[in-house]
Amino acid sequence: MQSTDKNVSQSITQVIAASSLGTLIEWYDFYIFGSLAVIIGQQLFPSDAGASALINTLAIFAAGFIVRPFGALVFGRLGDLIGRKYTFLLTLVLMGGSTFLIGLIPSYSSIGYAAPILVLILRLVQGLALGGEYGGAATYVAEHAPVGKRGFFTSWIQTTATLGLFLSLGVIVLTKNMLGAEAFADWGWRIPFLVSILLVGVSIYIRMKMHESPVFTKLKAEGKVSTNPLKESFQKKANFKMVLLALFGATMGQGVIWYTGQFYAQSFLENTCKLDFNESRYILLWAILFATPFFVVFGSWSDKVGRKWIMLMGMLLGVICYRPIYQYFIDATNVKEFQKTELKSASAPVVERTLVKDTKDSLVTTTTLKTLNNGMTFKEAKIVTIPDAPATFPEEQTVIKDVTLSGPTYIIIIALVFFQVLLVTMVYGPIAAFLVELFPTKIRYTSMSLPYHIGNGVFGGLVPFIATLVASFSGSTPLSGLWYPIGIAALSFVIGAVYIDNKGDENVAD
Amino acid sequence: MNALKKFLGILWMLLGPVIIIFLFMQASEKIGLAAEGIARTNTTLQWSIIILIFIPICAGLVIFGYYGWKGEYDKLPRTSADL
Repeated sequence: MQSTDKNVSQSITQVIAASSLGTLIEWYDFYIFGSLAVIIGQQLFPSDAGASALINTLAIFAAGFIVRPFGALVFGRLGDLIGRKYTFLLTLVLMGGSTFLIGLIPSYSSIGYAAPILVLILRLVQGLALGGEYGGAATYVAEHAPVGKRGFFTSWIQTTATLGLFLSLGVIVLTKNMLGAEAFADWGWRIPFLVSILLVGVSIYIRMKMHESPVFTKLKAEGKVSTNPLKESFQKKANFKMVLLALFGATMGQGVIWYTGQFYAQSFLENTCKLDFNESRYILLWAILFATPFFVVFGSWSDKVGRKWIMLMGMLLGVICYRPIYQYFIDATNVKEFQKTELKSASAPVVERTLVKDTKDSLVTTTTLKTLNNGMTFKEAKIVTIPDAPATFPEEQTVIKDVTLSGPTYIIIIALVFFQVLLVTMVYGPIAAFLVELFPTKIRYTSMSLPYHIGNGVFGGLVPFIATLVASFSGSTPLSGLWYPIGIAALSFVIGAVYIDNKGDENVAD
Repeated sequence: MNALKKFLGILWMLLGPVIIIFLFMQASEKIGLAAEGIARTNTTLQWSIIILIFIPICAGLVIFGYYGWKGEYDKLPRTSADL
């Protein structure tokens, strides 16, 4: 008996490892684009595009999220018709190929607007592939997992999205440190994309050795496979109402909590608080490192106490805590105010003169490295535009950049980002098991993939884009962008609390 | 709880169109503001995409509300056979 248990356990371990590795690589592929948004914006759009380049790059980034539900429909249908294994092999090939090709696209200076158009097309392929991948992996693992441990086993799949982000940040920071900032911005940013092809190759090899899900194999042998999964999922009211409930009561709130904690936090620290490129990424890396085990903790706990309230508490805490947390980020990094009383030293100014593109005006940038008494450092750049016409006055603006934090502030900010990632583990750890248990085997891949990718991909994926857009309008404050995730999470909390049952259907073999 | 589900169902049915109207109002206001305030940030395309995406989602919210109002969620399915 012990030997049989051991064999089953080993087989499940292999299933989890093989599924998770492929899913992790797909997330890595998907996230390097977002992590490099600023640099890609500079490469793809005209050099004087400024804020619109970042917003357009975030729009291309968001386009990948928007098509995820379509990927869910296409590959979900395929997965319910031909099986889980071959479908998520196909998605892996598409994801790896498109990521590799993004790394080869020439910049705007070489091919003009063809550059952003080509990247947009490849980004759409990435989104379609990811739309098919996650539902397959989660379904595959859940259909191997025993009753009472489904939350625990599927939570390993749930770690992959965060670990994929961790891997993408790690590879980017490592590449940048090895090449130097200038070479990285010039051509080194392509390396994280190109590396993907090796990772995908390994994952395909491992997945080729896997067997089809036993539950799906049994269904196929009995001739009970759905002939039209899309029709059965969305035209049959009994099933469609559960799709809507999964979307509005769970995945919508989960999506915004995920992307606020793991994307918007880093973007906010870098772009609004003007933290140094590496500093903002190290903060997120530490936070993710400490928080990732909690996916398994909450996934496992949900097997005992139910999925619902763990997920909903994560949403509620986000609604309550986001504004105070981000207000602290602003207050703690306000070096413009700190330097009035706390300035310890300032380096000799470095003066640089450049011509403004397409004009005869020139820019004189005077950069000073300043250190505060509390150990924080930052660069203050005074940029003076000297007009060519002698009658007009020079324009001056002061820009703060590359802020590095002192010990205690650094630790508090890591703790606050950690707290946000902890909320992610609460909403995300149990959700695969929750979704799998909501739908029958023959249409599970299709039915669970669509609400997941609308919630996670559309509602969540749009967080950085919508929040940045809202915060960029006149009259808004840096915290205005947070109203989007707070509002969506609050709505999802109310719907989930009122309509969802804490006890799901634990039998996934029917 | 079932009465609350029904009452909230009406709220969701109303919320769907309200969100769409709100988005249209925000889009027209913000596109105008952006053109004046920040010269290089024309967000017409971005707002069009946002509205296009959220129209079917809001339609889904209305259907969800209708199901809630009609009592479809009073008793959730316990097994796959109920679906």
